[in-house]
Amino acid sequence: MVDNVQLNAEGKLKHFLSIDGLSKTLLIEILDTAESFAGMSEHAVKKVPLLRGKTIVNLFFENSTRTRTTFELAAKRLSADVISMNIATSATSKGESLLDTIRNLEAMFVDMFVVRHATSGAAHFIARHSAPHISVINAGDGQHSHPTQAMLDMFTIRQIKPDFAALKIAIIGDILHSRVARSQILALNTLGAAEVRVIAPKTLLPAHVETLGVTVSHNLTEGLEDVDVIIMLRLQKERMTSALLPSESEYFKCFGLTPEKLKIAKPDAIVMHPGPINRGVEIDTRVADGPQSVILRQVGNGIAVRMAVMSMAMQVKGGS
Amino acid sequence: MSRIQIRQGRLIDPAHQIDRIGDLYIANGKIVALFDAPDGFTPDTIIEAENLIVCPGFIDISTRLREPGQSHKATFKTETVAAASAGITTLVLQPDTQPAIDTPAITELVKELAKKTGYRQIHPIGALTQNLAGQELSSMLALKQAGCIAVGNAGKPVANLLVLRRAMEYAASHDLLLIYRPNEYSLSNQGCAHEGAIATRYGLPGIPETAETIALSQCLELAELTACRVHFGQISCRRSVIKIQQAQKYGLNVSADLAMHQLHLTENDMKPFDSAYHVLPPLRSEQDKYSLRNALAQGIINCLCSDHQPHDLDAKLGAFPETEPGISALETLLPLLLELVRENLVTLSQGIAALTQNPARILGLNRGHLSLGAAADICLFDPDLKWRVDHQNWRSKGVNTPFWGRTLTGRALYTLQSGKIIYRLHTGERYE
Repeated sequence: MVDNVQLNAEGKLKHFLSIDGLSKTLLIEILDTAESFAGMSEHAVKKVPLLRGKTIVNLFFENSTRTRTTFELAAKRLSADVISMNIATSATSKGESLLDTIRNLEAMFVDMFVVRHATSGAAHFIARHSAPHISVINAGDGQHSHPTQAMLDMFTIRQIKPDFAALKIAIIGDILHSRVARSQILALNTLGAAEVRVIAPKTLLPAHVETLGVTVSHNLTEGLEDVDVIIMLRLQKERMTSALLPSESEYFKCFGLTPEKLKIAKPDAIVMHPGPINRGVEIDTRVADGPQSVILRQVGNGIAVRMAVMSMAMQVKGGS
Repeated sequence: MSRIQIRQGRLIDPAHQIDRIGDLYIANGKIVALFDAPDGFTPDTIIEAENLIVCPGFIDISTRLREPGQSHKATFKTETVAAASAGITTLVLQPDTQPAIDTPAITELVKELAKKTGYRQIHPIGALTQNLAGQELSSMLALKQAGCIAVGNAGKPVANLLVLRRAMEYAASHDLLLIYRPNEYSLSNQGCAHEGAIATRYGLPGIPETAETIALSQCLELAELTACRVHFGQISCRRSVIKIQQAQKYGLNVSADLAMHQLHLTENDMKPFDSAYHVLPPLRSEQDKYSLRNALAQGIINCLCSDHQPHDLDAKLGAFPETEPGISALETLLPLLLELVRENLVTLSQGIAALTQNPARILGLNRGHLSLGAAADICLFDPDLKWRVDHQNWRSKGVNTPFWGRTLTGRALYTLQSGKIIYRLHTGERYE
């Protein structure tokens, strides 16, 4: 089950679809490249000409604000021409197939697709069926993968706690439906984290989750012990209507991160969340806005990491 | 009608425990002698069968030819040629055509389509409920009289257990076999892959084995209550095997079949998001495959099928969960069986029985054996002939198979239906 579609013949990044199958060296290269872009945001001129003349199309078959905006900014800071298409309300709703949409855009001499889609495997499908010169970046597909989010989380962790081998990380919440969690788990294990724990009720854990290389707990108090990094996941409202959980209040009582619960973790533990956050559902406002929270730093880092991945996939080097 | 002598083949007839080299004689579409020529027999045609296996033609208990309604996927014409080329002489059709085979008129239409192909043995299964909607009973007696060999749900849900009970009682009243693929829809819940490590890794909605075992258990309970004869189609997991074995020990008259690909592929063989591996029931775990193989070896489940589901290209072109499930499987049936024989899981005779005598017995068909006077449905195959699954060799309109591009071993060279040669492989001069 080796997945080489995202690497070119030299083993370099061609598409960025999943963390699966990528080496530690490559992940570190992404982080180092992102590092070189990170300082740029504070400059008066926030642009580098690395992707000048390239055309990037953001194909969002599913709604998103944060991810789409940071991808757009990242492309612009690399001097690429960028178009964002919200396809949830576009051609495909008129019955055009995914492949036809791609083919039509290809005909407009596009160099890169950034794809978000509600179905697992959509980005792989597009990568397999696009013209050879096109790179595909996965901005989230179904419940499968959201690799740029995972890498910006790794980047944020590394800024504060550089030695992954010393870290115990807890991921809390709806693992079952989370492409972010799957990508984080793969990235953390590839980077050699000491321990990755998932904490959730059984209804929100996928079958055989331990095969991803995690330890499992159904109890937040127990699971937070000795933890360096806490990653909270967003709880979607529809989980209540599909009988996965009884109520938001019961969920908060069991799995919500409050200041009291946070004390169980290591005193210097950091709190992360891929956003958007549900205050009072998975996280207490005092924690979300508290000194241990790095949630907003994650958002800012998203631009640098996406610049890194885009430039690497287009086979250009740089940064300042 | 012509007289045919098949010379010096290895005759294998599991029904009569025959396995030795000799001649087979056919006259007027029937088998008239084995080994010794009848008095005064002068053949019009002699088929040299040295180094070939000569056995009853295969009976495939679960296929879809897509007509009526989906001729863009496949047609009777394309698929009967594919079947003949694979040594298959009897096809049993699932009722999920468009419209479903739920009235005598549609049954007649199917028979009419079959007649035009010249391929004789096509037996539709009648829909258990109207339009396969699982709500109201179909006119089962009329379906039977029109030529349906059994009734079934084609894997579609039956609304509730009361409807299933009534349907089974009614089927039993008319001595109809129920062919049932157990699947509890609320548990399979739009899944597209086995609920296991692979689905978890790839974020694919999973189908637990329990979706199958719960429906199976319920149907077994109702089989006892209603005394309906039940055959379970395409069993996919270890726990189902255990339940079927228990039911048989208990004395229930139930049988089951296995789709050939389930004995060869598991979730671990799936290439990431390759829709050729999208099939229902899904490819399960290594342990399940091991149990299914054991069930075949021990005779707990003694019937195999292709579960042939040809698709057009578009049906398989998309993100994995959005593609249509199913494998085009007629033509890989024999070589995949021979792989099991070479691995010493089953003897050649046992393997052939699973595609001839055993399905015939389940269906109540007088086929699948080499008895004197029986219809001469015969397959001659070369167990060592290697061929590549590619456009040159493939005949089904559906190219949706995970075995595409692979080299397989074993191929039919001649197929006879009621003494008529309906297929002959042309490989240079040797067989001309």
